[in-house]
Amino acid sequence: MSRRHQNMIVMVILIILVTGYDILIYTQPDSSTAPMMSDTALEGEKVWQRNNCASCHQLYGLGGYLGPDLTNITSARGKDEVYINAFVESGTETMPSFQLSDREKHELFVFLDHVNKTGYYPLKNVEFNSVGWGALKYR
Amino acid sequence: MQKKIGSLFLVSALILLIIGAVAGVLISVNYILPDFMKELIPFNQLRPIHTTSVVSWIVLAATGGVYYYINQEVKLYSPRIAFAHYLLFAFTFFGILISLISGQMGGREYLVFHPAFMIPILAGWILFGWNYFRSLIGKVRDWPVYYWMWGTGIVFMVFHLSESNFWVFDYFRKDFIRDMTVQWKSYGSFVGSWNMLVYGTAIYLMAKIKNDQNPGRGKLLFFFYFLGLTNLMFGWAHHTYPLPTLPWVRYVAYGISMTEWIIFIRMIYVWSRSLEKSTKKDRSLSYRFLIASDIWVFLNLLMALLMSIPYLNNFSHGTHITVAHSMGTTIGINTMILLASVSYIIETNRRSIRKKAITRLFYTINIALGGFWISLIAMGVKKIIWIRSTDVQLTQALHEESHAFYVLFILFGVILCGALIALSLYMIRALLPDLYYLILPKSLQKEWDHVYGEN
Repeated sequence: MSRRHQNMIVMVILIILVTGYDILIYTQPDSSTAPMMSDTALEGEKVWQRNNCASCHQLYGLGGYLGPDLTNITSARGKDEVYINAFVESGTETMPSFQLSDREKHELFVFLDHVNKTGYYPLKNVEFNSVGWGALKYR
Repeated sequence: MQKKIGSLFLVSALILLIIGAVAGVLISVNYILPDFMKELIPFNQLRPIHTTSVVSWIVLAATGGVYYYINQEVKLYSPRIAFAHYLLFAFTFFGILISLISGQMGGREYLVFHPAFMIPILAGWILFGWNYFRSLIGKVRDWPVYYWMWGTGIVFMVFHLSESNFWVFDYFRKDFIRDMTVQWKSYGSFVGSWNMLVYGTAIYLMAKIKNDQNPGRGKLLFFFYFLGLTNLMFGWAHHTYPLPTLPWVRYVAYGISMTEWIIFIRMIYVWSRSLEKSTKKDRSLSYRFLIASDIWVFLNLLMALLMSIPYLNNFSHGTHITVAHSMGTTIGINTMILLASVSYIIETNRRSIRKKAITRLFYTINIALGGFWISLIAMGVKKIIWIRSTDVQLTQALHEESHAFYVLFILFGVILCGALIALSLYMIRALLPDLYYLILPKSLQKEWDHVYGEN
């Protein structure tokens, strides 16, 4: 068998495997117990994206690093909707003030609250085994 | 026009490198001057200008190189389609730039622009793929590995760029964890896709510089190609270890990511055997940039392998160590290889270029990048300590404690930016004759060909 044919066979095998793998990724449920996002949370996510909040903030440690991670902001002590709205309205030295309507601010809060319900980040007390594997803490 | 169309992409790519580097310096200043340019163009708008420009530099430089090299080997199927590809990208980039400056966003992470812009981008990639495969299929029998890599890069880029916009569908969007998983899957894989274009270019260049009689056809090369492709397909989930996805997704990513130790160990073995007297060709600019990229591959591969171990990832994730990795790879590896490619094209066309000045810039870029990289790692370590602290601390406290590292990061960034701008300008000047050629009427192009014998 020529090298070209060998390479084609390897490529076909990889494509079949990745197709099956992708289908599983797209269709299998994850480990989070949070329900699907409500319409309000979806609108809040649009507010998040339109203003590119991820340029400075992270969710699950993914995003920009100028501001704090906001994964569990809504369950942090003292950080309720009023607290979050205050930051959005007034900004900080680095963070601009965002001129959002009351409805948009509420939608953003609902989105962040939904993210909070999906899991925990950062995980400070993870149990690791001898091969470097760690078990996540799920909600 | 055939051989010059690549230069159009290369000149545009170098301009984007300048824009991306300047935007990068401007956003970095926010770390020490928090309200810097806040009223004019805030961080959340300036950062995507930086990321879009530097990604575009990588993609356009790789594309320009592929068009040029294909023309060297076989006749490009359609220069007109290549030009249409260029126009699509050029107009789309201008549209994105205007939208970002005016604050019109709505995308995500590295693709912050409105998702409607993805349509012409995908159309451009499809044109590229069509032109590429029509140029080669049936014309070349035993494809060397770099043809496989370029072709794979194009095909997977189309798929994964599309995948990165699956969030527009409610099916993905309503399940936040699935949405983020697919999002970061797509990012990891489209980076892998552009790496196929870039690393394929490196292998092509090395074969040409070493005057390899049977370039790119070794079994070992194909083994590493398929290993890289497997990582592109299955290894992305080391970006999302903390996400509560199903455990098997993370197991597979861990296992696949660890296969890259094979590449790392192979690199050490090859280096220890390849200490030979340098030849005249080994002192070419192109070769210098390739050797630099080799060193950065070694450093960043080691870093990536360590970061892919879940125990260590638990510390490094969400810190500037990931930024050190992304900067180390996009600048140290991708940019070095692409600068090698541009240098090769300039040198083989016997264009006048200030070799001594560029050599000095080469060393300046690599030394500054080294300082930049180490500063980011130090910033990351600082953040690890801050995150792991049992005290509740404000982000402002982290910024104050990290101030010295921020200053170093910005200082090295400014030097790096300055050197990249100077280098890019030299290279643009050397490539300008190709752009003049493109706007000449056909009769004058024939005259040019006759005099210079380049086409």
